[in-house]
Amino acid sequence: MSERSERSMRSIDGVYDVTIVGAGVVGTAIARALSRYELDIAVVDAAHDVGEGTSKANTAILHTGFDAKPGTLESRLVSRGYTLLGEYAERTGIPMERTGALLVAWTDEELANLPSLREKAEQNGYDACEIIDADAVYATLPHLGPGALGGLTVPGETIICPWTPSIAYATEAVDNGAALLLGREVTGVTVGDDATVVHTSRGDITARWLINAAGLGADVLDCALGFDRFTVTPRRGELLVFDKLARPLVDKIVLPVPSKLGKGVLVSPTVYGNVMLGPTAEDLHDKTATGTSENGFAFLHEKGERLMPTLFEEEVTTAYAGLRAAIDHGDYLIEPDPEQRYLLVGGIRSTGLTASMAIAEYVEGLLSDAGVELRRRSSLADPPQMPNIGEARPRPYERDEVIRRDPAYGELVCFCERVSFGEVRDALCATVPAVDRSGVSRRTRATNGRCQGFYCGAAVDATIEEMVR
Amino acid sequence: MSSERRTDVVVIGGGPSGLSAATALRRQGVDRVLVVEREREAGGIPRHSDHLGYGIRDRRRFISGPVYARRLVTETADAGAEILTGTMATSWRDERSLYLTSPRGREIVSAEAIVVATGARERPRSARMIPGSRPAGVYTTGELQNRVHLHHGAVGKRAVIVGGELVSWSAAMTLKEAGCVPAAMVTHYDSPESYGVFNLGGRLLFRPDLVTGHRVTQVLGRRRVEGVEVEDLATGDRRVLDCDTVVFTGDWIPDHELVRSAGIELAPDTKGPLVDAAGRTRREGVFAAGNVVHPVDTADIAALGGTHVADAVLRYLGGTTAGAGGVRLLGDASFRWVSPGLIDLSAGIPARGRIETWVNDLVRVPRVTVTQGDSVVTRRRLPWPASPGRVFRIPWDVLNGIVPNGGDVRLHLS
Repeated sequence: MSERSERSMRSIDGVYDVTIVGAGVVGTAIARALSRYELDIAVVDAAHDVGEGTSKANTAILHTGFDAKPGTLESRLVSRGYTLLGEYAERTGIPMERTGALLVAWTDEELANLPSLREKAEQNGYDACEIIDADAVYATLPHLGPGALGGLTVPGETIICPWTPSIAYATEAVDNGAALLLGREVTGVTVGDDATVVHTSRGDITARWLINAAGLGADVLDCALGFDRFTVTPRRGELLVFDKLARPLVDKIVLPVPSKLGKGVLVSPTVYGNVMLGPTAEDLHDKTATGTSENGFAFLHEKGERLMPTLFEEEVTTAYAGLRAAIDHGDYLIEPDPEQRYLLVGGIRSTGLTASMAIAEYVEGLLSDAGVELRRRSSLADPPQMPNIGEARPRPYERDEVIRRDPAYGELVCFCERVSFGEVRDALCATVPAVDRSGVSRRTRATNGRCQGFYCGAAVDATIEEMVR
Repeated sequence: MSSERRTDVVVIGGGPSGLSAATALRRQGVDRVLVVEREREAGGIPRHSDHLGYGIRDRRRFISGPVYARRLVTETADAGAEILTGTMATSWRDERSLYLTSPRGREIVSAEAIVVATGARERPRSARMIPGSRPAGVYTTGELQNRVHLHHGAVGKRAVIVGGELVSWSAAMTLKEAGCVPAAMVTHYDSPESYGVFNLGGRLLFRPDLVTGHRVTQVLGRRRVEGVEVEDLATGDRRVLDCDTVVFTGDWIPDHELVRSAGIELAPDTKGPLVDAAGRTRREGVFAAGNVVHPVDTADIAALGGTHVADAVLRYLGGTTAGAGGVRLLGDASFRWVSPGLIDLSAGIPARGRIETWVNDLVRVPRVTVTQGDSVVTRRRLPWPASPGRVFRIPWDVLNGIVPNGGDVRLHLS
């Protein structure tokens, strides 16, 4: 697929108009936005799939931005992105559930803080928060541990699939002609008078403009362009995902009162019907340290037992760790350098999923201001229809008419998650295809369930091997 | 809309217990018996355990898992039960009917009686909360055997087996066959003689290092497993065992999703449905057999349990019994679980006339005491040891003397 689009879409002189480094949720959102104009776009990433870095281990919440720092670019883009991605998810079928959140105060100090949080939400343009007393908290969340003193409702907070957005954006970009150049590690950059050459492990890519959406690697690439303005610190967040049988315990996002270190540990339903606990927040040096840790588990165990004592009576389905790109800067860092035809999109923290489409819109504006001509394509691809891997709408295995049209959707390969052979096949043949088991998992949920492959792992791997070959 | 099938009895799960139940029901004159099996072939876990040791107690044979599975399937089909493979019962429509998904479409099956025989699975690494990286080469025995025996896939060269149950040896045999050295077996139990299963090692002509009294604290490796870190439970010392493959064995949990989603009461210790000696759950018309009841016993014993539950189903179809009642049977802290969890004298005695239990620690000369309320019903010394890692059986007649409405019955071990 990518080979084909590379060949057919590269401009005559072999020079792209824009190269985006980073195929995470931000890079692909920018690619989608720019692909709707008469521009030759390339997206390059070291990984073999989109959304492979910080994007894949996100806490999976579409944030209203109620607790952002008022007046920041982040506040503005999260708020705008909330609307844009919410609408896009409806159109494309990205799994999403408007569950709402409840921020719970456990100490007098936290309780006293609630009015100022509501005020802050209003400053951020979000005025639906309400302060409720302990009785109302327990009426909403009967399984919450003892000791809650009150809460702040955030009815707009929404759970969303963290994986489908990058895939949807990339699919739409490719449908509009963008080249998705994966498996190419960027090794260096040479800025020329008219064009910039991005050196990669599999050849050079030349483009007039360079957009740095490299996430954890954004600071290194920025240095290569001659800047020294920020450092990315990988902040590890570990998460536990509980069995679907735990889902009746919690049907809202349960948030702690935020502290300086971040948003703290939350309990949340997931769009796949599980319950999630996390994340931890631990600053590291190693940008590849996505392992889980004993301390992380112990911390989550302690927090979780207090938040929801019956949660640990349920089985843990999986545990994972993700790295957020924390930077030494209080806001998103999105700055153009028209001299070098270079645009940095850095410091995009865990809010980046929510803000992604607004970041892309903002980038469009900056490029236009810098003189890039943005002319709409005469014929635009429709936004893609993404496979439904969420529980809010019927899945293929539940749909008689779908199975009767193609029996492959009735042939279940992953029993725990009820994933059919048809869905695995589709993931491997998609416009932006899965190339390995984790890619299949993120597109279909296969092997993500409580048995973690006891029944289906070997069959899924065999299918991948057969179809990729 | 979905089409509907009606049948007398539907058996959910086509492993040893489900197939045996279906065979027995047909042989005893039930007209329509339907087995629903989600895998492509019926036969259950023995299908991919391609080594000898099956069929000992139920068939008086010593055969391989796949041969055993095929015989069970043939027998069930010959008895006239219908087996729907590639068909998964996903949820309940009401108390007597379920939704099915298969390549045929979405169907509903409704029945007079339902036998749940969904078996058990091993807890994967994540459910055991073992931290570290997430490299390739981490399996459960189930995935390993599927990979090797059904898909002929490769595993690594040097494996560490986590666990010390019967199934751990089954994993070792599969590794050996796949050309992977079972280098070490890590178990938290103290000494190799603490469970008779290790005697099997001698017969198998290989002997992994037995790393007893240890637990796994971390999985290491970036893309592929490079080792596991283990901790000596006595000293707290840690070291790394080099390997490119880790198999998490045993630590079974019943596949109880259908039972729970029906709102049928579970036994907190087994995490399977609470049943009496006949296999009746608390829900009238719903029965359970095999390893979904308690994790985990060998295939032959699961099969005998399936045959046994057929009697209760027949009595129910004949209109003579309701759901399980009776008093609770509970184990003291020595037991991980005891089964059956309900004693209803009208249920008769269980398959093989034994209470089945799982102990936490080795007791070489076990003395079992049965109490009800303040009174001691039985004290008895058993001539076989109580070994962790396998089922410990206690003769049913230790319960002689309990009274039907005398409250909870407790088992003590010393």
